[in-house]
Amino acid sequence: MKIIHAIFILFSLLVSGSALAQSSTEAELEARAREVGQSLRCVVCQNQSIEESDAVLAEDMRRLVRKRLEAGDSNADVINFMQDRYGDFVLLKPPVQTNTYLLWFGPFILLFGMLFWFVRKTRKRSETSPVIPPLDDEEKQRLERLLGDEQ
Amino acid sequence: MKMKTILPLVLFAVLVGFLAFGLTRNPATIDSVLIDTPFPEFELTDLYDPDQVVTKADLTGEIVLVNVFGSWCVACVQEHPKLVELSNTANIKIVGVDWRDTRENGMAWLKKYGDPYHRVVFDADSLLAIDLGITGAPESYLVDKQGDIRYKHVGIITDQVWDDILAPIVVQLRTE
Repeated sequence: MKIIHAIFILFSLLVSGSALAQSSTEAELEARAREVGQSLRCVVCQNQSIEESDAVLAEDMRRLVRKRLEAGDSNADVINFMQDRYGDFVLLKPPVQTNTYLLWFGPFILLFGMLFWFVRKTRKRSETSPVIPPLDDEEKQRLERLLGDEQ
Repeated sequence: MKMKTILPLVLFAVLVGFLAFGLTRNPATIDSVLIDTPFPEFELTDLYDPDQVVTKADLTGEIVLVNVFGSWCVACVQEHPKLVELSNTANIKIVGVDWRDTRENGMAWLKKYGDPYHRVVFDADSLLAIDLGITGAPESYLVDKQGDIRYKHVGIITDQVWDDILAPIVVQLRTE
């Protein structure tokens, strides 16, 4: 009797354990699918990700993403799969490559360009406007004379 | 000094140039990355017969115009007479992909407007459509004898599109 009881407990533990494991991988898969979906652009309504979009094509793309993840693809594999079909455009975050250097680095180049220009300009201004020495005694007398003449 | 005064104007002109270029581009047309790549492998069924499997091998081997449509697609109604005309006059195999449709609706639609297709592939779940990088319907592909995609046209095939763009490509593909 005791043995049967023990076997029963062991068995139920095993079952619940595997059920738990399954639901956690499912949740994990769902989280990964969402992550991938959020990085892919819906090609119908172009400023939404396929995760946000209600377009029917986005719905099919979401399903495909889940199917490929279930089949064992990594997140990067799925993104590459979509990129092979829809090009770089399907990526919401443009990749850093030759034709996007201007996009990624342009703002910094502009910022440093402006800073450089600003620093040079202010430096030049301080060079071209030297400190004016105060009038000496002779100059003061001349000034007074001139003012006096006017009066 | 002179250079400095016109510099803002030059920068402005460059900016205007970029914006003008951007405005002339249609954001709906995404350059296809599939040009000069093999037509995707697929395994779907015939629209008229759910038991009949259609694969890439059934479509390729000669020059094919693959047209993606759907009974829900308004622009396809507009395009359809041209396809019917081409199926009678132009010596080219036209294959249809009935996309995101039901069989009944697809068949009824083709009965109503005419069936210009050599074969109609039924793709309710966008399996082939996504492999083709579809963004909407109608879209059409020119596939060469080797089974490579050579051109993609987004939107309606009008008389002008056929005469100016597609027909010359077909002529060129025939000479290859």
